[in-house]
Amino acid sequence: MNLNTITELKRPSSLADIGVWRDGYSFLAGGTWLFSEPQVAVDTLIDLESMGWTSLSATESGLEIAATCRVAELHAFVTPPAWQAASLFHDCINAFLMSFKIWNAATIGGNICMSLPAGAMISLTAALEGVCTLWPQNGPPREVSVVDFVTGDHQNVLQHGELMRSIHLPASALAKRAAMRQVSLTQLGRSAALVLATVAEDGSDFLLTVTAATPRPIQLRFTAFPTTDELRHALDRRLPLDAYFQDVHGSAAYRQHITPYLAEQIRAELA
Amino acid sequence: MSRYDVNGRLYAAEPQPGECLRSFLRSLDVFGVKKGCDAGDCGACTVHIDGKPFHSCLVPAFRGDGCKITTIEGLAETGEWHPMQKAFHDAQAFQCGFCAAGMIMTAVTFTDAQRADLPHALKGNLCRCTGYRSINDALHGTCNIEPDVAGNALGASLANPFTSEILTGRARYTMDIAVANLLHLKVLRSPHAHARITGIDRSQALSIPGVVAVYTWEDVPKRLFSSALHEDHLVDPDDMMLLDDVVRFVGQRVAAVVAETEAAAEAGCRALEVEYEILPAVFDPVVAMQPGAPQLHAKDHLSNSGNIFCTLAGEIGDVAQGFAEAFAIHEQTYSTTRAQHVHLETHGSIAWKGADNRWHVRTSSQAPFAAQKKLAYVMGIPARDLHVFTERVGGGFGGKQEMVSEDLVLFATIKLNRPVSWEWTREEEFIAATTRHQMTTKVKIGARKDGTITAMDVEVVSNTGAYGGHGSETLGAAMASPIAAYRCKNKKGIGHAVYTNMTPAGGFRGYGASQTTFAIEQAIDELAVLLGIDPFAMRRRNVVMPGDNIESIWQEPSDASFGSHGIDECLDIVERELAKGNGIVKPEGADWLEGQGVALAMLECGPPTEHRSGAEMRLLPNGTYHLACGSTEMGNGITTAHKQIAAHILGTRIEDIDIINADTDRTPYDTGTFASTGTVVGGKAVHLAAEAMMADILAFASRHTGVALDQCRLDNDAVFCGNRRLSLSELHAAGTAVDHRFSVNRRAYLSPRTIAFNVQGVRLAVQRVTGEIRVLHSVHAADIGKPINPMQCRGQLDGAVAMGYGWALIENMVHDDAGRMVNPQLRNCRIPSFADTPHTDVFFANTIDAIGPLGAKSQGECGINPVAPAVANAIANATGLRFAHLPFTPDRLFARLAAHS
Ligand SMILES: Cc1cc2nc3c(=O)[nH]c(=O)nc-3n(C[C@H](O)[C@H](O)[C@H](O)COP(=O)(O)OP(=O)(O)OC[C@H]3O[C@@H](n4cnc5c(N)ncnc54)[C@H](O)[C@@H]3O)c2cc1C
Ligand code: FES
Ligand code: FES
Repeated sequence: MNLNTITELKRPSSLADIGVWRDGYSFLAGGTWLFSEPQVAVDTLIDLESMGWTSLSATESGLEIAATCRVAELHAFVTPPAWQAASLFHDCINAFLMSFKIWNAATIGGNICMSLPAGAMISLTAALEGVCTLWPQNGPPREVSVVDFVTGDHQNVLQHGELMRSIHLPASALAKRAAMRQVSLTQLGRSAALVLATVAEDGSDFLLTVTAATPRPIQLRFTAFPTTDELRHALDRRLPLDAYFQDVHGSAAYRQHITPYLAEQIRAELA
Repeated sequence: MSRYDVNGRLYAAEPQPGECLRSFLRSLDVFGVKKGCDAGDCGACTVHIDGKPFHSCLVPAFRGDGCKITTIEGLAETGEWHPMQKAFHDAQAFQCGFCAAGMIMTAVTFTDAQRADLPHALKGNLCRCTGYRSINDALHGTCNIEPDVAGNALGASLANPFTSEILTGRARYTMDIAVANLLHLKVLRSPHAHARITGIDRSQALSIPGVVAVYTWEDVPKRLFSSALHEDHLVDPDDMMLLDDVVRFVGQRVAAVVAETEAAAEAGCRALEVEYEILPAVFDPVVAMQPGAPQLHAKDHLSNSGNIFCTLAGEIGDVAQGFAEAFAIHEQTYSTTRAQHVHLETHGSIAWKGADNRWHVRTSSQAPFAAQKKLAYVMGIPARDLHVFTERVGGGFGGKQEMVSEDLVLFATIKLNRPVSWEWTREEEFIAATTRHQMTTKVKIGARKDGTITAMDVEVVSNTGAYGGHGSETLGAAMASPIAAYRCKNKKGIGHAVYTNMTPAGGFRGYGASQTTFAIEQAIDELAVLLGIDPFAMRRRNVVMPGDNIESIWQEPSDASFGSHGIDECLDIVERELAKGNGIVKPEGADWLEGQGVALAMLECGPPTEHRSGAEMRLLPNGTYHLACGSTEMGNGITTAHKQIAAHILGTRIEDIDIINADTDRTPYDTGTFASTGTVVGGKAVHLAAEAMMADILAFASRHTGVALDQCRLDNDAVFCGNRRLSLSELHAAGTAVDHRFSVNRRAYLSPRTIAFNVQGVRLAVQRVTGEIRVLHSVHAADIGKPINPMQCRGQLDGAVAMGYGWALIENMVHDDAGRMVNPQLRNCRIPSFADTPHTDVFFANTIDAIGPLGAKSQGECGINPVAPAVANAIANATGLRFAHLPFTPDRLFARLAAHS
């Protein structure tokens, strides 16, 4: 929709071009959330496309995803065969409510910075132990893991004017086996729960990531492959009813009911 | 200047910095780009940027700079249709057509993998009309149409006459015109459910550049009216004003701002300073009926005391005695949800003063004549000075049987003497347009051991919201056909329509009957289970038959009568098809439970209140015909049906009949296209007019040639008088020479009303842990008389059944404790997508009606009614649990499923 309060568009090619941050500024990535709701508090859009960052680079150490990388680019990306967990890329992208046409515009950074429980790129990058590089307004870049980046529904650690530059997925995580389950109240709809896990080839380092069911991603790490009961108890301990998210896409009670069920399915698949 | 290449044409233009590509393209008069949501959910705005598909409402316009942009208008590069347009044509993969451009622009980009996985590929494209069946057909190359051959019009699956305009983006929906000197109107809506406005400071708003005027309750005529549109305005309470000093629901209009741009009008709304005195609010109709509940309306506006707008009660026979005779009794309270129509084209109107010194209102309405009368009354101007019309309407479903956008634009245009436009947002549709009435229905029903129903007692509480339009009519419908569908000597009922501080409810496909059908059809099943009788047998034993009294809880003589009777056949079809199966097995695993259910619905074809329609026909100089009928085409296919009725009588092709509809200047009067009257009333008028046209032609031909009338006959484009053939154009010329005009006008009235039936069968699987429901087999049988156009009839049923599934399984308008809707976006308040919509096998009973025109009955509405109860019955059959309250979303089912297993 038209954002009729916008009076200025900046197209910087570096952080310095932006100048001093003030209220009313907003970074514009794909624009797929920004243009989907009125943004009456915003008067200036700062386009990140003009930064010209390389979307994806695969190295020995892992995958470097620019914040401005489009979902469609990640979908089309051909990963090295050793990265078994890259199967999650398609799984998570398909878990979005958004259509494939929105993938052409929406960015990975935009999705993480939106910090919605149903942010499937949060699910993906959190499960794959991603680390974000953030560029504060002043001061040196800092690194924060994706799990810690998101602090709640539509809440994260970004400070005033701070920019997300990239997300790094370590090769060690990408090399693990992985599985994912999602549930929605409608067919192919918005996630009520999206649960993932990765595990090392030898069954150690089982890392369960609960997303969508909770306001922020929750991770449970098991050095040895957990039994059904161990997994269930760990989840129950970590996630009481009030730790679950409640909205029109699923009640907290439903999410509490469904999360251990999905986790157990994943456990069984990876066993 | 930025440079845009749009469909091969270059534009040098500078969009606003926050403008989206959708609205920028429309500002270049590229109107094929539609708005269904403006938020990325519906896909109606899909365009290609350098060959890739995007939702243009989400794309900042500046990103199109230097790119090649293709819209539906530019898809057929060489002038030849794109194969996808041809496929949509052949499959008739649209009804109102509002989604078609976006569907096509999306589908043409599909890879083979996407074509093989349409549920995913079509995630971002919503269609409210078709149930996606015909869209699926288009994507599989199915042809659903037959050729237009003279003499074969009746019962032929002919293409919608506006197909090429719709599929090329040339069709002009309400907002698809450029008007010079246009002003834009926006309203500020109430954040409170109940408040008195104690002050509005408009100075800040008026100082915003571009703002031309601000209107509040102080400026408008103090005339009470109802936004509901009916033939008789007295069936709805006059309980609202253009702008009021009391707001009674969150979303009610507080003030209107008119400005040079939409942006300025919005800024003006934000700048208004309104002081409210908050009043206590009530949302639950049962609470609202209690003494001491907050009162919504001054007493003299009401036909009854307190918040009860209307009570309907009656008893036939002796219900107490009937229960005494019963072997088994079932008693349960059922409830249904409010729902939004989500016609893809939002409400909107444009008004201006014409060179003829009259006011013209271009609008998206199901009832332009009723709107004209009402507007004339509210504005205090003669109706003859007012022209209300539609061009293409993007869906209605009852939501446009309501005067909610015409009034303010007309008011502003009269005040300002400039054209004024107002286009609603999707959010406004959710919070401020009408919804289906939420109803709670208590049913008590008893039967003898053999299944014979001995007594029925039904109690309905309907939440009519802040205003009472349609409140009594829907309640009347709720207390009528679903109860009358069963033969029983002893019936009793009471229903209340109650004011609350909720969004006002209104007419919605199924109109009150859907709600009670939901309750009664489940009660019938429960009773059958108690008695150990098969649900089909239970219905066969008790459903009304010719010879029975068609009566609910009153014994007054009724004009409903059987012009035909196809319920037996419908039940047989559904039973047979479910037994035969469709080869789709339930998902693997012990967590999936399977069950099947059936429900029926009866429809009296037309409202019990007045309804009339007129049609006019002329022979044109070139020997073709002109037909004018007041009915609205909104995807219901009524123009095709009307042309076919006329073509059948006149033995010609539908292409040789041009049609104009829903226009108070250019067509005869029509009450409005609602209550399933397009065929049985409008169609009857057309039928009579076409017969009169033929009689007129033959009589003139006989006089002109001196050949006896019984020797003259019409043959497509000519008359034969004896052996002499005169083409219709020659005949016309001969007539003109002696001032014979070849024009006729006929009127039709609705009475008696015939009876139609629909039966829905569902086999489904329930996942007992996740609560997910998968429909495995969906069968629908309709007793709608002779289908004038089988393809269209099937399409109406596909769409109605899909809406039924949406209501049962998906749609959920959620409000907080303060009466605010929590999810007024399609993203959060879902309607069925392709993935959600099961394929339904549709069958027609082989009935020819003795009352309806050419054997036809109503068919646009009733398909929805049996769906939700059939789903509920199937869930009960699968799980052993009765879920009596809509919607059946997994998070509302899981707890009882878990406790049960
Ligand atoms: C139909 C539809 C369906 C959707 N479905 C989903 C869904 O299933 N799950 C989901 O999570 N979201 C969904 N969204 C919301 C949204 O589109 C996505 O979250 C998307 O990934 C956002 O990315 P973007 O690049 O378009 O962000 P934008 O809209 O451009 O920006 C989003 C926000 O993030 C900020 N931002 C963007 N990039 C950066 C950066 N690099 N550094 C700092 N701040 C930044 C922006 O300032 C803005 O506040 C949906 C949206 C629509 C319209
Ligand atoms: S108008 Fe763009 S997706 Fe609905
Ligand atoms: S035809 Fe698809 S929305 Fe009307």
